[in-house]
Amino acid sequence: MNFFLLSLIKAAVVAFVLLTTLAYLQWVERKVIAHIQVRMGPSRVGPHGLMQPLADVIKLITKEDLIPPYVNKFLYLAAPFLAITMALLSISVIPFGGGFSVFGDNTWMQLTDLNIGILFVLAVSSVGVYGIALAGWASNNKYSLLGGLRSSAQMISYELPLSLAIAAPLLLANTLSLRQLVTGQSGYYLGFIPRWNIFQGPMPQIFSFIIFLIAAFAETNRIPFDLPEAENELVAGYHTEYSSMKFAAFFMAEYANMVTVCSMTTTLFLGGWLPLWPESLGSSYLPSLVFLGAGAVALYHGLNPVRPRDRLTLPVVAAVFFLLAAIFLIPAGHAVLAPLFWFAAKTGTLLFVFIWVRGTLPRFRYDQLMGFAWKFLFPVAVVNLLVTGLMVAVFS
Amino acid sequence: MTGVPLSWYLILSAVLFALGVAGFLFRRNIITVFMSIELMLNAVNLSFITFSYQLRQVNGHIYSFFVMVVAAAEAAVGLAIILTVFRNRSTLNIDDVSSLKN
Amino acid sequence: MDVLLFLIFAAIAVVCGVNVVVQSHPISSAVSLIGVMGSLAVLYLLLGAEFIAAAQVIVYAGAIMVLFIFVIMLLNAGGETRRGRSFLAQLLGVPLLIAFLGLMAYFVQQLFPGAPVVHFGAFQGGTAQAVGRALFTQFLLPFEVVSVLILIAILGAVVLAQKEMD
Repeated sequence: MNFFLLSLIKAAVVAFVLLTTLAYLQWVERKVIAHIQVRMGPSRVGPHGLMQPLADVIKLITKEDLIPPYVNKFLYLAAPFLAITMALLSISVIPFGGGFSVFGDNTWMQLTDLNIGILFVLAVSSVGVYGIALAGWASNNKYSLLGGLRSSAQMISYELPLSLAIAAPLLLANTLSLRQLVTGQSGYYLGFIPRWNIFQGPMPQIFSFIIFLIAAFAETNRIPFDLPEAENELVAGYHTEYSSMKFAAFFMAEYANMVTVCSMTTTLFLGGWLPLWPESLGSSYLPSLVFLGAGAVALYHGLNPVRPRDRLTLPVVAAVFFLLAAIFLIPAGHAVLAPLFWFAAKTGTLLFVFIWVRGTLPRFRYDQLMGFAWKFLFPVAVVNLLVTGLMVAVFS
Repeated sequence: MTGVPLSWYLILSAVLFALGVAGFLFRRNIITVFMSIELMLNAVNLSFITFSYQLRQVNGHIYSFFVMVVAAAEAAVGLAIILTVFRNRSTLNIDDVSSLKN
Repeated sequence: MDVLLFLIFAAIAVVCGVNVVVQSHPISSAVSLIGVMGSLAVLYLLLGAEFIAAAQVIVYAGAIMVLFIFVIMLLNAGGETRRGRSFLAQLLGVPLLIAFLGLMAYFVQQLFPGAPVVHFGAFQGGTAQAVGRALFTQFLLPFEVVSVLILIAILGAVVLAQKEMD
């Protein structure tokens, strides 16, 4: 019974954190893209636009929920449900940190560790294609159908290089369980180079990392692979006929897929929650240093404000950062918080790369996209797997 | 009783197989006939896994894996044939594709 | 708990299976078939076949059925129209089917009187390691032959489905 209650609490915490992250990920994306395009982004709703996600949620909930009479009712209602369920499901096997004990019970910072963890994530992302295909069909609209078919064809085409790029580090790790994948990347070469999978001998998985990242862009329908949902090409693609909460469900599903894919990259290639250099060389002070630095920058800009409002908001931001730095210095919480910090830092950097690419690159045409998958990425992934297998067989 | 009797799994497999046969014999749409074939193959997979549990061997899993692979190959070629038939006859009703009948 | 899970997912499998056969539009049949495959994957997990359960969802429900759904959506041929059924068939069909299935269930039950009981977790040999080891040692030749089979199927599908060149 204790195990059941503990799992329930962990699931509630993870769900709450994930949904808040999804909401604020949209805020981060809008701000970052705005600054890339030399403008400000949301800045009116709350200080620095921080209440914008709340405003968006209220708008979407109170919009008229229209079900057009010409749609296939069952599939129309089932499609966003399927999309959002599968997108949120794969977070349940991602390890956020190591073991810790709460009220005497030893548990891991992971909802559940399946011994087929990687296959579970692949299975869930395969079923997530249906949300989009069925949405395109059920809307009874040629633009939706075309967008839905193109999007699902793109997703299943890029699942192949994705799976092959996952298979290569599995040859090094010899396990399918995500927790053992991360613990197999602990330790350091020469005392300071981490044994993450992109550095690990006998074959550093740099190419797998790049192939996985490219296939991940296509799997999550992000620029440069987002033709199926481009506004100026296909009206709005497969979610043309959706309104209010069902539309919000598709958007949440896209961001949740992004978070899942970045977490998987971190776990497979970047060492999960393991620190960049060993504790003995002082990596446990990095979180506090980063937050102190951020607080100092915020305080400096608060004392020399560009806008008169910044005199009030930026020192508050600085105070929050100093508080976080102080929390990370407490040794009691350190064992729990430091792995979380490293995991969040790596995943956050990858999410920033996703947003950065969105603001920078143009999009592929559909035939260029499919030709790239089948004629370039898939052979490269196969060759990468063969070379990794050869190196593993020869050198161990 | 905390476990499920093995015969229940076999009965479920038989029921699904019978449903697949019924669909194969009575439906007129080519694609639905094809899906009934897939239903039969799934029922057989369940049988394999059940016997693999009973004999405590992994061989049943391997056979089931091969059945899945063969079903994938068959689905690919079969759907290509269906596409060609539709392109030439503009119908998916197997009663209308009967020009070889006398 | 095992019995409850089995009954729920077996019921879902049978209902979806009936739906595959009964629905007039192939899209509804396809979605029901996905439901059958999902519930069968759960039953495989109850029987200790975790790798095959994951393969079922990835290969069958995630790839083969997507292919079916693509073809149905592209052809867009609409639902099936019913063409005349005899009154006797409509009256006796379902009761005869239930009687036949009941008889079959009774015989299966009689064939395995002292049958073992399936407990979740009693069979630990269905891991990816066990399946992989058997696949690459004892079943290596069928494995290689099946890869050639897939290659032939790919070539056949590409040749059959390409547009005619004038």
